[in-house]
Amino acid sequence: MASHASKPGLLFSGSDWDFKKLSRAYEAIEAIAVEELHLNVYPVQMEIISSQQMLDAYSSVGMPLMYRHWSFGKHFLYQEMLYRKAGRGLAYELVINSNPCIVYLMEENTMALQALVTAHAALGHNHFFKNNHLFRQWTDAGAILSYLDFAKGYISRCEERHGVAAVEAVLDAAHALMGQGVFRYRRPPKLSSERQREGLRGRLEYEERSYNDLWRTLPRSGDGGRAGERDIDLAERKKALKLPEENLLYFLEKNSLVLEPWQREIIRIVRVIAQYFYPQRQTQVMNEGCATFVHYTLMNLLFDRGQISEGAMLEVLRNHSNVIFQPAFDDPRYSGINPYALGLDMMQEIQRISMAPTAEDRDWFPDIAGKGDWREVLLDAWANHRDESFIRQYLSPTLIRKWRLFVLADGADEPHYRVASIHNERGYQKIRAALAQSYDIGVTQPDIQVVDVDLLGDRQLRLQQTVKDGIMLDEGGRDATLRYIRRLWGYEVSLAAIDAQTGETIHERSSSQIGA
Amino acid sequence: MPIFIDRRLNPKDKSLGNRQRFLRRAREELKRSIRDKIRTGRIADADAEHTVPMPERGTGEPSFNDDKNTGRRQHILPGNRHYAQGDLVPKPGQGGGASSAGNRPSEDDFRFVLSREEVLDLFFEDLELPDMVKLNLKEILAFKPRRAGFAVTGSPTSINVGRTMRHSHGRRIALRRPKQEELDAIERELAVVEAGPPSAAARERMTALREELDRLQRRRRRIAYVDPVDIRFNRFDPQPLPNTSAVMFCLMDVSGSMGEREKDLAKRFFVLLHLFLKRRYDRIEIVFIRHTHEAQEVDEETFFYNTQSGGTVVSTALNEMHRIIHERYPAREWNIYAAQASDGDNFGGDSERCIALLDGKLMRLCQYFAYVEIIDERETHIFGSTENGTSLWRAYSTVELKWPNFQMSRIATPADIYPVFRRLFAKHPAAGKRA
Repeated sequence: MASHASKPGLLFSGSDWDFKKLSRAYEAIEAIAVEELHLNVYPVQMEIISSQQMLDAYSSVGMPLMYRHWSFGKHFLYQEMLYRKAGRGLAYELVINSNPCIVYLMEENTMALQALVTAHAALGHNHFFKNNHLFRQWTDAGAILSYLDFAKGYISRCEERHGVAAVEAVLDAAHALMGQGVFRYRRPPKLSSERQREGLRGRLEYEERSYNDLWRTLPRSGDGGRAGERDIDLAERKKALKLPEENLLYFLEKNSLVLEPWQREIIRIVRVIAQYFYPQRQTQVMNEGCATFVHYTLMNLLFDRGQISEGAMLEVLRNHSNVIFQPAFDDPRYSGINPYALGLDMMQEIQRISMAPTAEDRDWFPDIAGKGDWREVLLDAWANHRDESFIRQYLSPTLIRKWRLFVLADGADEPHYRVASIHNERGYQKIRAALAQSYDIGVTQPDIQVVDVDLLGDRQLRLQQTVKDGIMLDEGGRDATLRYIRRLWGYEVSLAAIDAQTGETIHERSSSQIGA
Repeated sequence: MPIFIDRRLNPKDKSLGNRQRFLRRAREELKRSIRDKIRTGRIADADAEHTVPMPERGTGEPSFNDDKNTGRRQHILPGNRHYAQGDLVPKPGQGGGASSAGNRPSEDDFRFVLSREEVLDLFFEDLELPDMVKLNLKEILAFKPRRAGFAVTGSPTSINVGRTMRHSHGRRIALRRPKQEELDAIERELAVVEAGPPSAAARERMTALREELDRLQRRRRRIAYVDPVDIRFNRFDPQPLPNTSAVMFCLMDVSGSMGEREKDLAKRFFVLLHLFLKRRYDRIEIVFIRHTHEAQEVDEETFFYNTQSGGTVVSTALNEMHRIIHERYPAREWNIYAAQASDGDNFGGDSERCIALLDGKLMRLCQYFAYVEIIDERETHIFGSTENGTSLWRAYSTVELKWPNFQMSRIATPADIYPVFRRLFAKHPAAGKRA
């Protein structure tokens, strides 16, 4: 133990770290986190890595194990270029939603920074991963690492057997569809074969019971009936394939007529990974906000208890304020809303509203205003919301005024933007709704579904894009992606753009038009 | 208690495999980039890292994405200062989406660095070099350790005993380590006193002597004879193996008949020779001699990019080369290599002079003389096999027969270049050992 430390209560002194100090800091921070914030976390595994290894991790979507693909090499070159040009520093940490929760620490960090990062990632993110409903529903933290290990091994075995080029062709196509490779809604749990058979028997019994010979004697309707029959055919066909289907990768994996079993398995791997990241894409603000709120609160508590020195605290605060820096929209440094800043501000607002609400807050948040126990409110929000619902529920007028948020309406064919709402009485609700919607990936992602395919006929795969607010697909990306779908499907593919309001077909594009 | 794992010592370059895959995918475009680099750069710079732009084809990762220039959408922005509801704000970058897309640096629009090995691989692939030769050219110089002073750390086998003992001696003097003679003297005196008549004075003297002896012995034990701080090791520095110097003459016809394509092929021919020489020699100088009906020594820039009008008299270049060798590169000290590129045109009757020059003077001085005649691709099948050809070709053919270190070839594509050098790359005991 550091008996010669300047003050007896300090967890560490000086800027160099070692494993003893890290461990002592973690234990102190965890104790406070559990006691003061009631956090509930996975066990933690901390790994020290170098900047080179951090770059490696960056380029393979942040996962410690990943199969090989050229696009990761390209991303590495990009990240390396940014890093070399010093255009961007590397993250101090990287955290993986797994059990145990893996936290990467950079070796260059000072001890104060390591403590900050421990509070941020090992407790903040970790708590969020373990408790948020999206992660609990969609990801299996205990199994992801072994799954990735399997995926890496499987794909490299495929490369050995079928050649790198063949595997690459499937991966390229599957990567293009990653955005359309997730289930957005939970399906009912799959019946076991036992239950399935039981259900089938039940239905047969019902049919026998309700059989009436009279129906057979009814005359079939003549001309109108044929169209009806076609409709019934179509409905039957769609039912058999469970159409419409929004998960294109899933559909191709299950129904493509040209894929080999190993190709299906590769598509499945890409799909599982896309699904694993689905909750993260929906909880940026909350996840970073939670981690930032936790580190800010914990570091202040440690400082108040005299467990970290003024020098270390100053360094922590400096880094903290860099992270939550939010320039205004007309600042050249502006590059969108900083999720760290928005998340932290909203959570601190919740804290304030629970403790010292104004009359306005009582109006807007009758169920939490003045409740007193902000911890419970926050724990509940962390567990049960995603960005969209969190903002819709908790973005307060005070915060809208503080950020001076405003909404610009942008029509592609108009020469001007129009200021639709500003931070005033009339605007609060609208700004809140608009901001919430901009975090709803169900809205921001193009909506593309498989609507029909006649497996016994021409086998043409019909996709449909529901066009909202006249926002079309980028043509270059659309055609290239259609070519990839054509490759996986093996037969013609067409994509129709249907206007969401009028139901009119805006245009239709098929793979034969683009020479695929 | 968290688990700690120190990953810093894990194997690096985890993403190397991905990098190779990426380079393979973008191979054709990267090859073109490198070709352009070599065409515009200096010969001696070919053998280095190069920065290349991200290839466009084959590296795109398409997906279904919204077109930013269609539809109605809302932007939520912070930091409103003076806007009121209903204000109209002009859009930045008026004039369509093309300009706004062009201004935004996308992830696909950047330059990255290819290592020396990767550059050479791409360069060689174009020239269709055999693998053995590729390996040979990429090989870095051999090093030999050379004594370079002393160090305080090292392996026991390289202890420098003299230095170590000198330090040890100095330290023993400085710390006044008792010498063996002092101890012996006291012991002798003690023996004398013990043997003498016992008296109070003698007893007192004996205890004093014993104490003194004890003190000296303890001091001797504390101050080691050779202490770790005394030890010095011989230090070795890796030194490149002593190589001799070489000079490379690039001779080229720059009259109007040599166009862009001919010069490009010639340049690659020179680059390859330079690479080869660089592997074998420590110091290489390049001399550029261009000629029309008269020859002059020029710098690299002028050599490749200036055209001159005039006739073609090849022997002037050979004369100039001979003059420069005579003045600056005595054949005893320099290995002389020459590479000549031409389209085969020569002034009538001059070819005879060339034979005489080569035969009589130059071939005796040169390690190697390579001549390439750059022909049109359409002419390949005409000239491919026959001995017929331009007057220069016929003249040089007689030289080739006589001198084993003269090589000549017709080239129409980059792949034809290597055969000219085949002999050069074959294990050749005589070459390069003449210093």
